[in-house]
Amino acid sequence: MSSVAVSTTVNGDAVEVLCDTDETLLDVLRDRLDMTGTKEGCGTGDCGACSVMLDGRLVCSCLVLGVEAEGREVETIEGMAEGEKLHPLQQKFLEHAALQCGVCTPGFLVAAKALLEVNDDPSESEVRYWLAGNLCRCTGYDKIVRAVLDTAKDMRSA
Amino acid sequence: MRYETPETAKAAAKLLLGAKGPAKILAGGTDLLVQLRSGMKPPGLVVDIKHIPAMCAIKKERGGFRIGAAVPSAEMGEHAGLGKAWPGVVEAAGLIGSTQVQGRATVAGNLCNASPAADSVPAMVAAGAVARIVGPRKRRDIPVEKIATGPGKTSLKKGELVESIFLPKRPPRSGDAYLRFIPRTEMDIAAASAGVSLTLDRKGVCIDARVALGAVGPRVILVKRAAKALIGTRLEDVMGVLAEFGDALSDYQNICAAAARPIDDKRGTKEFRTHVVGVLARRAALIAYQRAGGK
Ligand SMILES: Cc1cc2nc3c(=O)[nH]c(=O)nc-3n(C[C@H](O)[C@H](O)[C@H](O)COP(=O)(O)OP(=O)(O)OC[C@H]3O[C@@H](n4cnc5c(N)ncnc54)[C@H](O)[C@@H]3O)c2cc1C
Ligand code: FES
Ligand code: FES
Repeated sequence: MSSVAVSTTVNGDAVEVLCDTDETLLDVLRDRLDMTGTKEGCGTGDCGACSVMLDGRLVCSCLVLGVEAEGREVETIEGMAEGEKLHPLQQKFLEHAALQCGVCTPGFLVAAKALLEVNDDPSESEVRYWLAGNLCRCTGYDKIVRAVLDTAKDMRSA
Repeated sequence: MRYETPETAKAAAKLLLGAKGPAKILAGGTDLLVQLRSGMKPPGLVVDIKHIPAMCAIKKERGGFRIGAAVPSAEMGEHAGLGKAWPGVVEAAGLIGSTQVQGRATVAGNLCNASPAADSVPAMVAAGAVARIVGPRKRRDIPVEKIATGPGKTSLKKGELVESIFLPKRPPRSGDAYLRFIPRTEMDIAAASAGVSLTLDRKGVCIDARVALGAVGPRVILVKRAAKALIGTRLEDVMGVLAEFGDALSDYQNICAAAARPIDDKRGTKEFRTHVVGVLARRAALIAYQRAGGK
Protein backbone atom coordinates (compact mmCIF):
# COMPACT_ATOMS: atom_id res chain seq x y z
CA MET A 1 0.00 0.00 0.00
CA SER A 2 1.40 3.39 -0.88
CA SER A 3 1.02 5.81 2.00
CA VAL A 4 1.66 9.50 1.47
CA ALA A 5 2.04 12.33 3.99
CA VAL A 6 -0.42 15.06 3.10
CA SER A 7 -0.26 18.64 4.42
CA THR A 8 -3.50 20.47 4.06
CA THR A 9 -5.71 23.04 5.77
CA VAL A 10 -9.00 22.00 7.31
CA ASN A 11 -11.30 24.76 8.56
CA GLY A 12 -8.33 27.08 8.79
CA ASP A 13 -6.07 24.71 10.75
CA ALA A 14 -2.91 23.25 9.26
CA VAL A 15 -3.22 19.46 9.27
CA GLU A 16 -0.70 16.69 8.51
CA VAL A 17 -2.12 13.30 7.73
CA LEU A 18 -0.77 10.01 6.42
CA CYS A 19 -3.12 8.43 3.92
CA ASP A 20 -3.24 5.78 1.23
CA THR A 21 -3.30 7.04 -2.35
CA ASP A 22 -6.62 5.36 -3.10
CA GLU A 23 -8.44 6.73 -0.04
CA THR A 24 -11.06 9.38 -0.63
CA LEU A 25 -11.01 12.75 1.10
CA LEU A 26 -14.24 11.64 2.79
CA ASP A 27 -12.49 8.61 4.31
CA VAL A 28 -9.52 10.72 5.35
CA LEU A 29 -11.76 13.22 7.12
CA ARG A 30 -13.86 10.59 8.88
CA ASP A 31 -11.39 7.77 9.57
CA ARG A 32 -8.05 9.54 9.89
CA LEU A 33 -9.03 12.93 11.29
CA ASP A 34 -12.08 11.81 13.30
CA MET A 35 -14.17 14.52 11.68
CA THR A 36 -17.35 12.54 11.30
CA GLY A 37 -19.66 15.49 10.62
CA THR A 38 -19.25 14.88 6.89
CA LYS A 39 -21.44 11.89 6.03
CA GLU A 40 -21.30 9.08 3.51
CA GLY A 41 -24.61 8.32 1.82
CA CYS A 42 -23.62 6.68 -1.44
CA GLY A 43 -19.90 7.07 -2.11
CA THR A 44 -20.60 7.75 -5.79
CA GLY A 45 -21.44 11.45 -6.05
CA ASP A 46 -25.20 11.03 -6.09
CA CYS A 47 -26.39 12.11 -2.63
CA GLY A 48 -24.31 15.12 -1.53
CA ALA A 49 -24.10 13.99 2.12
CA CYS A 50 -20.31 14.28 1.84
CA SER A 51 -20.32 17.90 0.56
CA VAL A 52 -17.30 19.99 1.54
CA MET A 53 -15.60 23.09 0.15
CA LEU A 54 -12.27 22.55 -1.58
CA ASP A 55 -10.42 25.79 -2.35
CA GLY A 56 -13.74 27.59 -2.19
CA ARG A 57 -15.64 25.22 -4.48
CA LEU A 58 -18.46 22.93 -3.42
CA VAL A 59 -17.52 19.29 -4.12
CA CYS A 60 -18.42 15.77 -3.05
CA SER A 61 -15.57 14.60 -0.82
CA CYS A 62 -16.30 10.99 -1.86
CA LEU A 63 -15.16 11.97 -5.38
CA VAL A 64 -11.87 13.56 -4.27
CA LEU A 65 -8.75 11.59 -3.37
CA GLY A 66 -7.31 12.41 0.03
CA VAL A 67 -3.93 13.07 -1.59
CA GLU A 68 -5.51 15.76 -3.76
CA ALA A 69 -5.97 17.89 -0.63
CA GLU A 70 -2.21 18.50 -0.46
CA GLY A 71 -1.64 22.27 -0.21
CA ARG A 72 -5.32 23.06 -0.55
CA GLU A 73 -8.02 24.37 1.78
CA VAL A 74 -10.83 22.15 2.93
CA GLU A 75 -13.88 23.46 4.78
CA THR A 76 -16.29 21.06 6.45
CA ILE A 77 -19.45 21.25 8.52
CA GLU A 78 -17.28 21.31 11.67
CA GLY A 79 -16.13 24.80 10.70
CA MET A 80 -19.60 26.23 10.27
CA ALA A 81 -20.61 27.21 13.80
CA GLU A 82 -18.38 29.61 15.72
CA GLY A 83 -17.95 27.77 19.00
CA GLU A 84 -21.42 27.56 20.51
CA LYS A 85 -22.82 30.11 18.10
CA LEU A 86 -24.65 28.43 15.25
CA HIS A 87 -24.44 29.69 11.68
CA PRO A 88 -27.75 31.34 10.65
CA LEU A 89 -28.47 28.41 8.33
CA GLN A 90 -28.04 25.93 11.18
CA GLN A 91 -30.37 28.01 13.37
CA LYS A 92 -33.02 28.19 10.63
CA PHE A 93 -32.80 24.45 9.94
CA LEU A 94 -33.71 23.91 13.60
CA GLU A 95 -36.51 26.47 13.56
CA HIS A 96 -38.05 25.09 10.37
CA ALA A 97 -37.59 21.45 11.45
CA ALA A 98 -35.65 20.98 8.22
CA LEU A 99 -34.12 17.72 9.46
CA GLN A 100 -35.27 14.40 10.78
CA CYS A 101 -32.66 11.65 10.85
CA GLY A 102 -30.00 14.26 10.08
CA VAL A 103 -27.75 12.22 7.79
CA CYS A 104 -28.24 14.61 4.89
CA THR A 105 -28.09 17.76 7.01
CA PRO A 106 -24.35 18.55 7.07
CA GLY A 107 -24.27 18.23 3.28
CA PHE A 108 -27.30 20.47 2.83
CA LEU A 109 -25.83 23.07 5.18
CA VAL A 110 -22.44 23.17 3.46
CA ALA A 111 -24.11 23.32 0.03
CA ALA A 112 -26.62 25.99 1.07
CA LYS A 113 -23.86 28.12 2.58
CA ALA A 114 -21.97 27.92 -0.71
CA LEU A 115 -25.10 29.08 -2.56
CA LEU A 116 -25.66 32.08 -0.30
CA GLU A 117 -22.04 33.11 -0.77
CA VAL A 118 -22.56 33.50 -4.52
CA ASN A 119 -26.23 34.49 -4.50
CA ASP A 120 -27.72 36.27 -1.47
CA ASP A 121 -31.20 36.42 -3.02
CA PRO A 122 -31.91 33.07 -4.69
CA SER A 123 -35.35 32.23 -6.04
CA GLU A 124 -37.01 29.02 -4.89
CA SER A 125 -36.14 27.30 -8.15
CA GLU A 126 -32.52 28.45 -7.89
CA VAL A 127 -32.37 26.91 -4.41
CA ARG A 128 -33.91 23.67 -5.66
CA TYR A 129 -31.56 23.39 -8.65
CA TRP A 130 -28.48 24.25 -6.59
CA LEU A 131 -29.42 21.57 -4.04
CA ALA A 132 -30.49 18.97 -6.61
CA GLY A 133 -27.37 16.95 -5.80
CA ASN A 134 -28.32 16.69 -2.12
CA LEU A 135 -30.75 13.89 -1.39
CA CYS A 136 -32.98 13.61 1.68
CA ARG A 137 -35.06 10.53 2.43
CA CYS A 138 -36.98 12.09 5.34
CA THR A 139 -38.12 15.70 5.01
CA GLY A 140 -39.60 15.92 1.54
CA TYR A 141 -37.26 18.90 0.88
CA ASP A 142 -39.85 21.61 1.41
CA LYS A 143 -38.75 22.58 4.90
CA ILE A 144 -35.13 22.63 3.78
CA VAL A 145 -35.95 24.98 0.91
CA ARG A 146 -38.00 27.25 3.26
CA ALA A 147 -35.14 27.33 5.76
CA VAL A 148 -32.64 28.36 3.10
CA LEU A 149 -34.91 31.07 1.67
CA ASP A 150 -35.66 32.38 5.16
CA THR A 151 -31.96 32.49 6.06
CA ALA A 152 -31.19 34.40 2.87
CA LYS A 153 -33.90 36.93 3.72
CA ASP A 154 -32.56 37.44 7.27
CA MET A 155 -28.96 37.68 6.12
CA ARG A 156 -29.87 40.32 3.53
CA SER A 157 -31.53 42.52 6.12
CA ALA A 158 -28.79 41.99 8.70
CA MET B 1 -1.54 3.05 -6.77
CA ARG B 2 1.12 5.68 -7.46
CA TYR B 3 -0.17 9.26 -7.49
CA GLU B 4 1.74 11.92 -9.45
CA THR B 5 1.19 15.65 -9.92
CA PRO B 6 3.32 16.75 -12.89
CA GLU B 7 3.61 20.47 -13.61
CA THR B 8 3.81 20.34 -17.39
CA ALA B 9 1.80 18.53 -20.04
CA LYS B 10 4.93 16.89 -21.46
CA ALA B 11 5.84 15.54 -18.03
CA ALA B 12 2.34 14.09 -17.72
CA ALA B 13 2.69 12.40 -21.11
CA LYS B 14 6.08 10.97 -20.13
CA LEU B 15 4.65 9.53 -16.94
CA LEU B 16 1.88 7.83 -18.92
CA LEU B 17 4.34 6.49 -21.48
CA GLY B 18 6.71 5.16 -18.84
CA ALA B 19 3.99 3.38 -16.83
CA LYS B 20 4.38 -0.40 -16.66
CA GLY B 21 0.74 -1.30 -16.07
CA PRO B 22 -2.50 0.60 -16.57
CA ALA B 23 -2.25 4.34 -15.96
CA LYS B 24 -5.05 6.89 -15.71
CA ILE B 25 -5.32 10.65 -15.99
CA LEU B 26 -7.20 12.26 -13.11
CA ALA B 27 -9.03 15.47 -14.00
CA GLY B 28 -12.19 16.06 -11.91
CA GLY B 29 -12.36 12.41 -10.91
CA THR B 30 -16.17 12.33 -11.15
CA ASP B 31 -16.01 9.30 -13.43
CA LEU B 32 -12.71 7.83 -12.29
CA LEU B 33 -13.51 7.73 -8.57
CA VAL B 34 -16.93 6.21 -9.22
CA GLN B 35 -15.25 3.55 -11.36
CA LEU B 36 -12.67 2.85 -8.63
CA ARG B 37 -15.44 2.57 -6.08
CA SER B 38 -17.45 0.17 -8.21
CA GLY B 39 -14.66 -2.34 -8.26
CA MET B 40 -12.40 -1.34 -11.15
CA LYS B 41 -8.90 -2.64 -10.46
CA PRO B 42 -6.95 0.43 -9.27
CA PRO B 43 -4.54 1.56 -11.99
CA GLY B 44 -0.88 1.34 -11.01
CA LEU B 45 -0.48 5.05 -11.71
CA VAL B 46 -2.79 8.05 -11.46
CA VAL B 47 -1.61 11.29 -13.05
CA ASP B 48 -3.39 14.35 -11.65
CA ILE B 49 -3.34 17.15 -14.25
CA LYS B 50 -4.61 19.91 -11.95
CA HIS B 51 -1.08 21.11 -11.15
CA ILE B 52 -0.38 22.00 -14.78
CA PRO B 53 -1.07 25.75 -14.98
CA ALA B 54 -1.89 25.86 -18.71
CA MET B 55 -4.53 23.16 -18.23
CA CYS B 56 -6.30 25.09 -15.47
CA ALA B 57 -7.28 28.15 -17.50
CA ILE B 58 -9.71 29.36 -20.14
CA LYS B 59 -7.87 31.60 -22.60
CA LYS B 60 -8.88 33.70 -25.57
CA GLU B 61 -6.99 32.65 -28.67
CA ARG B 62 -7.40 33.89 -32.26
CA GLY B 63 -10.89 35.09 -31.39
CA GLY B 64 -11.89 31.70 -29.99
CA PHE B 65 -11.49 30.06 -26.58
CA ARG B 66 -9.01 27.45 -25.39
CA ILE B 67 -10.38 25.52 -22.41
CA GLY B 68 -7.73 23.73 -20.37
CA ALA B 69 -8.40 20.04 -19.73
CA ALA B 70 -8.50 20.57 -15.94
CA VAL B 71 -11.06 23.41 -15.95
CA PRO B 72 -14.23 22.38 -14.08
CA SER B 73 -17.56 22.99 -15.79
CA ALA B 74 -18.59 25.43 -13.02
CA GLU B 75 -15.77 27.72 -14.16
CA MET B 76 -17.02 27.56 -17.76
CA GLY B 77 -20.42 28.73 -16.51
CA GLU B 78 -18.84 31.67 -14.68
CA HIS B 79 -16.86 32.85 -17.74
CA ALA B 80 -18.85 35.69 -19.31
CA GLY B 81 -17.16 35.75 -22.73
CA LEU B 82 -17.37 31.99 -23.23
CA GLY B 83 -21.07 31.87 -22.41
CA LYS B 84 -21.77 34.65 -24.88
CA ALA B 85 -19.92 33.05 -27.76
CA TRP B 86 -20.93 29.44 -27.10
CA PRO B 87 -24.09 29.35 -24.96
CA GLY B 88 -24.94 25.82 -26.12
CA VAL B 89 -21.60 24.34 -25.10
CA VAL B 90 -21.74 26.07 -21.71
CA GLU B 91 -25.33 24.92 -21.25
CA ALA B 92 -24.34 21.33 -21.99
CA ALA B 93 -21.40 21.46 -19.54
CA GLY B 94 -23.81 22.94 -16.99
CA LEU B 95 -26.02 19.86 -17.24
CA ILE B 96 -23.30 17.48 -16.03
CA GLY B 97 -24.45 16.22 -12.63
CA SER B 98 -25.05 18.43 -9.59
CA THR B 99 -23.47 21.67 -8.37
CA GLN B 100 -20.97 19.48 -6.50
CA VAL B 101 -20.12 17.43 -9.60
CA GLN B 102 -19.72 20.60 -11.66
CA GLY B 103 -17.20 21.91 -9.17
CA ARG B 104 -14.91 19.14 -10.45
CA ALA B 105 -16.12 17.68 -13.77
CA THR B 106 -14.24 18.73 -16.91
CA VAL B 107 -15.43 18.61 -20.51
CA ALA B 108 -12.17 16.91 -21.51
CA GLY B 109 -12.94 14.20 -18.92
CA ASN B 110 -16.48 13.96 -20.26
CA LEU B 111 -14.97 13.44 -23.73
CA CYS B 112 -12.26 10.96 -22.71
CA ASN B 113 -14.57 8.89 -20.53
CA ALA B 114 -16.27 8.17 -23.87
CA SER B 115 -19.79 7.54 -22.63
CA PRO B 116 -22.22 7.69 -25.57
CA ALA B 117 -24.51 9.82 -23.36
CA ALA B 118 -21.87 12.39 -22.31
CA ASP B 119 -23.65 15.75 -22.34
CA SER B 120 -20.95 18.15 -23.42
CA VAL B 121 -19.78 16.07 -26.39
CA PRO B 122 -22.65 16.59 -28.90
CA ALA B 123 -22.48 20.33 -28.13
CA MET B 124 -18.71 20.39 -28.70
CA VAL B 125 -19.03 18.34 -31.90
CA ALA B 126 -21.70 20.74 -33.19
CA ALA B 127 -19.40 23.63 -32.26
CA GLY B 128 -16.58 22.19 -34.37
CA ALA B 129 -14.38 21.99 -31.28
CA VAL B 130 -10.82 20.75 -31.69
CA ALA B 131 -8.98 18.76 -29.03
CA ARG B 132 -5.26 19.39 -28.58
CA ILE B 133 -3.53 16.13 -27.82
CA VAL B 134 -0.15 16.13 -26.17
CA GLY B 135 2.22 13.19 -26.34
CA PRO B 136 5.73 12.72 -24.97
CA ARG B 137 7.23 14.29 -28.10
CA LYS B 138 4.66 16.33 -29.96
CA ARG B 139 1.24 17.91 -29.99
CA ARG B 140 -1.52 17.38 -32.52
CA ASP B 141 -4.97 18.91 -33.02
CA ILE B 142 -7.93 16.71 -33.90
CA PRO B 143 -11.70 17.31 -34.11
CA VAL B 144 -13.44 16.17 -30.90
CA GLU B 145 -15.60 13.69 -32.84
CA LYS B 146 -12.42 11.70 -33.55
CA ILE B 147 -11.68 11.06 -29.85
CA ALA B 148 -14.32 8.56 -28.72
CA THR B 149 -14.35 5.40 -30.83
CA GLY B 150 -17.00 3.50 -28.84
CA PRO B 151 -18.31 3.21 -25.28
CA GLY B 152 -15.34 3.72 -22.93
CA LYS B 153 -12.82 3.71 -25.81
CA THR B 154 -10.77 6.53 -27.30
CA SER B 155 -8.33 6.96 -30.16
CA LEU B 156 -5.63 8.27 -27.78
CA LYS B 157 -2.38 6.31 -27.96
CA LYS B 158 -0.29 5.26 -25.00
CA GLY B 159 1.42 8.32 -23.58
CA GLU B 160 -1.18 10.73 -24.98
CA LEU B 161 -3.65 12.96 -23.18
CA VAL B 162 -5.96 15.84 -24.05
CA GLU B 163 -4.35 19.14 -23.10
CA SER B 164 -7.17 21.50 -24.06
CA ILE B 165 -10.30 21.94 -26.12
CA PHE B 166 -10.46 24.79 -28.62
CA LEU B 167 -13.74 26.46 -29.53
CA PRO B 168 -13.17 28.48 -32.71
CA LYS B 169 -13.98 32.13 -33.35
CA ARG B 170 -17.65 32.79 -34.07
CA PRO B 171 -18.61 34.49 -37.31
CA PRO B 172 -21.28 37.18 -36.79
CA ARG B 173 -24.90 35.93 -36.55
CA SER B 174 -24.03 32.52 -35.10
CA GLY B 175 -25.76 30.58 -32.34
CA ASP B 176 -25.66 27.15 -30.74
CA ALA B 177 -27.88 25.09 -28.45
CA TYR B 178 -27.95 21.72 -26.71
CA LEU B 179 -30.98 19.81 -25.44
CA ARG B 180 -31.27 16.42 -23.79
CA PHE B 181 -34.12 14.21 -22.65
CA ILE B 182 -33.78 12.62 -19.22
CA PRO B 183 -36.39 10.64 -17.30
CA ARG B 184 -36.04 13.03 -14.31
CA THR B 185 -35.67 16.83 -14.32
CA GLU B 186 -32.16 16.90 -12.81
CA MET B 187 -29.27 14.55 -12.12
CA ASP B 188 -29.84 11.88 -14.74
CA ILE B 189 -28.21 10.46 -17.84
CA ALA B 190 -29.46 11.43 -21.30
CA ALA B 191 -31.76 9.02 -23.15
CA ALA B 192 -31.29 11.17 -26.25
CA SER B 193 -29.69 14.54 -26.94
CA ALA B 194 -28.88 16.99 -29.71
CA GLY B 195 -26.43 19.83 -30.26
CA VAL B 196 -26.84 22.32 -33.09
CA SER B 197 -24.67 25.22 -34.22
CA LEU B 198 -25.72 27.66 -36.98
CA THR B 199 -24.52 30.75 -38.80
CA LEU B 200 -26.90 33.05 -40.71
CA ASP B 201 -26.38 35.65 -43.40
CA ARG B 202 -27.74 39.20 -43.12
CA LYS B 203 -31.13 38.09 -44.39
CA GLY B 204 -31.48 35.37 -41.78
CA VAL B 205 -30.70 32.54 -44.21
CA CYS B 206 -28.66 29.71 -42.70
CA ILE B 207 -25.26 29.54 -44.39
CA ASP B 208 -23.49 27.06 -42.12
CA ALA B 209 -24.72 24.37 -39.73
CA ARG B 210 -23.53 21.39 -37.70
CA VAL B 211 -25.88 18.93 -36.04
CA ALA B 212 -24.73 16.25 -33.57
CA LEU B 213 -26.81 13.59 -31.80
CA GLY B 214 -25.95 11.97 -28.45
CA ALA B 215 -27.04 8.78 -26.63
CA VAL B 216 -28.49 7.25 -29.78
CA GLY B 217 -25.45 5.27 -30.89
CA PRO B 218 -22.14 3.94 -29.57
CA ARG B 219 -20.68 7.43 -30.08
CA VAL B 220 -21.90 10.90 -30.96
CA ILE B 221 -23.28 11.10 -34.51
CA LEU B 222 -22.47 14.13 -36.69
CA VAL B 223 -25.37 14.33 -39.16
CA LYS B 224 -24.10 16.15 -42.25
CA ARG B 225 -27.34 15.55 -44.18
CA ALA B 226 -29.32 17.28 -41.44
CA ALA B 227 -27.03 20.29 -41.63
CA LYS B 228 -27.55 20.37 -45.42
CA ALA B 229 -31.32 20.41 -44.89
CA LEU B 230 -30.96 23.60 -42.84
CA ILE B 231 -28.47 25.42 -45.04
CA GLY B 232 -30.09 27.79 -47.53
CA THR B 233 -33.31 28.03 -45.50
CA ARG B 234 -34.72 30.33 -42.84
CA LEU B 235 -35.66 27.16 -40.99
CA GLU B 236 -39.23 27.41 -42.35
CA ASP B 237 -39.22 23.64 -42.64
CA VAL B 238 -38.77 23.04 -38.92
CA MET B 239 -40.95 25.85 -37.64
CA GLY B 240 -44.38 24.20 -38.03
CA VAL B 241 -46.19 23.09 -34.88
CA LEU B 242 -47.32 19.91 -36.61
CA ALA B 243 -43.73 18.76 -36.81
CA GLU B 244 -44.04 17.74 -33.14
CA PHE B 245 -46.78 15.20 -33.78
CA GLY B 246 -45.65 12.66 -36.24
CA ASP B 247 -47.48 12.95 -39.53
CA ALA B 248 -46.02 16.19 -40.78
CA LEU B 249 -42.44 15.68 -39.62
CA SER B 250 -40.00 18.02 -41.27
CA ASP B 251 -37.33 16.61 -43.57
CA TYR B 252 -34.70 17.77 -41.13
CA GLN B 253 -36.33 15.99 -38.22
CA ASN B 254 -36.78 12.81 -40.29
CA ILE B 255 -33.13 12.89 -41.32
CA CYS B 256 -32.04 13.17 -37.67
CA ALA B 257 -34.33 10.37 -36.54
CA ALA B 258 -33.13 8.18 -39.40
CA ALA B 259 -29.50 8.75 -38.44
CA ALA B 260 -30.10 7.50 -34.87
CA ARG B 261 -28.90 4.00 -33.97
CA PRO B 262 -30.15 3.67 -30.39
CA ILE B 263 -30.36 0.62 -28.15
CA ASP B 264 -33.22 -0.39 -25.86
CA ASP B 265 -32.45 0.09 -22.19
CA LYS B 266 -34.01 1.21 -18.94
CA ARG B 267 -33.92 4.83 -20.02
CA GLY B 268 -35.89 4.35 -23.21
CA THR B 269 -36.83 2.06 -26.08
CA LYS B 270 -35.34 2.31 -29.55
CA GLU B 271 -38.58 3.73 -30.96
CA PHE B 272 -38.86 6.35 -28.24
CA ARG B 273 -35.27 7.49 -28.58
CA THR B 274 -35.48 7.63 -32.36
CA HIS B 275 -38.51 9.89 -32.19
CA VAL B 276 -37.29 12.05 -29.31
CA VAL B 277 -33.88 12.71 -30.83
CA GLY B 278 -35.59 14.19 -33.90
CA VAL B 279 -37.76 16.43 -31.73
CA LEU B 280 -34.75 17.58 -29.70
CA ALA B 281 -32.73 18.29 -32.84
CA ARG B 282 -35.62 20.36 -34.19
CA ARG B 283 -36.04 22.38 -30.99
CA ALA B 284 -32.29 22.87 -30.60
CA ALA B 285 -32.13 24.17 -34.18
CA LEU B 286 -34.85 26.72 -33.40
CA ILE B 287 -33.06 27.91 -30.25
CA ALA B 288 -29.75 28.17 -32.10
CA TYR B 289 -31.54 30.10 -34.87
CA GLN B 290 -32.97 32.62 -32.40
CA ARG B 291 -29.60 32.99 -30.69
CA ALA B 292 -28.04 33.72 -34.07
CA GLY B 293 -30.53 36.56 -34.43
CA GLY B 294 -32.98 34.79 -36.77
CA LYS B 295 -36.71 35.43 -36.44
C1 LIG C 1 -23.51 12.13 -9.60
C2 LIG C 1 -22.97 12.20 -11.00
C3 LIG C 1 -23.77 12.73 -12.00
C4 LIG C 1 -23.29 12.80 -13.30
N1 LIG C 1 -24.10 13.34 -14.27
C5 LIG C 1 -23.65 13.46 -15.55
C6 LIG C 1 -24.48 14.05 -16.55
O1 LIG C 1 -25.60 14.50 -16.28
N2 LIG C 1 -23.99 14.12 -17.81
C7 LIG C 1 -22.75 13.66 -18.13
O2 LIG C 1 -22.36 13.76 -19.29
N3 LIG C 1 -21.94 13.08 -17.21
C8 LIG C 1 -22.37 12.98 -15.92
N4 LIG C 1 -21.56 12.42 -14.97
C9 LIG C 1 -20.27 11.85 -15.37
C10 LIG C 1 -19.04 12.76 -15.17
O3 LIG C 1 -19.29 13.74 -14.18
C11 LIG C 1 -18.63 13.45 -16.46
O4 LIG C 1 -18.35 12.50 -17.45
C12 LIG C 1 -17.42 14.39 -16.28
O5 LIG C 1 -17.38 15.33 -17.33
C13 LIG C 1 -16.09 13.68 -16.19
O6 LIG C 1 -15.06 14.64 -16.06
P1 LIG C 1 -13.91 14.50 -14.94
O7 LIG C 1 -13.02 15.65 -15.15
O8 LIG C 1 -14.51 14.35 -13.60
O9 LIG C 1 -13.26 13.14 -15.42
P2 LIG C 1 -12.31 12.09 -14.66
O10 LIG C 1 -13.13 11.20 -13.81
O11 LIG C 1 -11.15 12.76 -14.06
O12 LIG C 1 -11.83 11.28 -15.95
C14 LIG C 1 -12.75 10.52 -16.75
C15 LIG C 1 -11.96 9.60 -17.68
O13 LIG C 1 -11.29 10.34 -18.70
C16 LIG C 1 -9.88 10.22 -18.56
N5 LIG C 1 -9.36 11.58 -18.74
C17 LIG C 1 -9.73 12.69 -18.02
N6 LIG C 1 -9.10 13.78 -18.48
C18 LIG C 1 -8.31 13.37 -19.49
C19 LIG C 1 -7.41 14.05 -20.38
N7 LIG C 1 -7.20 15.36 -20.30
N8 LIG C 1 -6.75 13.31 -21.32
C20 LIG C 1 -6.96 11.96 -21.42
N9 LIG C 1 -7.80 11.27 -20.61
C21 LIG C 1 -8.47 11.96 -19.67
C22 LIG C 1 -9.64 9.65 -17.18
O14 LIG C 1 -8.45 8.90 -17.12
C23 LIG C 1 -10.86 8.81 -16.96
O15 LIG C 1 -10.74 7.57 -17.60
C24 LIG C 1 -21.99 12.34 -13.63
C25 LIG C 1 -21.18 11.83 -12.60
C26 LIG C 1 -21.65 11.76 -11.29
C27 LIG C 1 -20.77 11.24 -10.23
S1 FES D 1 -21.42 10.10 -0.24
FE1 FES D 1 -20.58 11.50 -1.62
S2 FES D 1 -22.26 12.04 -2.81
FE2 FES D 1 -23.08 10.47 -1.58
S1 FES E 1 -33.22 14.18 7.36
FE1 FES E 1 -32.98 12.08 6.98
S2 FES E 1 -32.10 12.06 5.02
FE2 FES E 1 -32.58 14.12 5.28
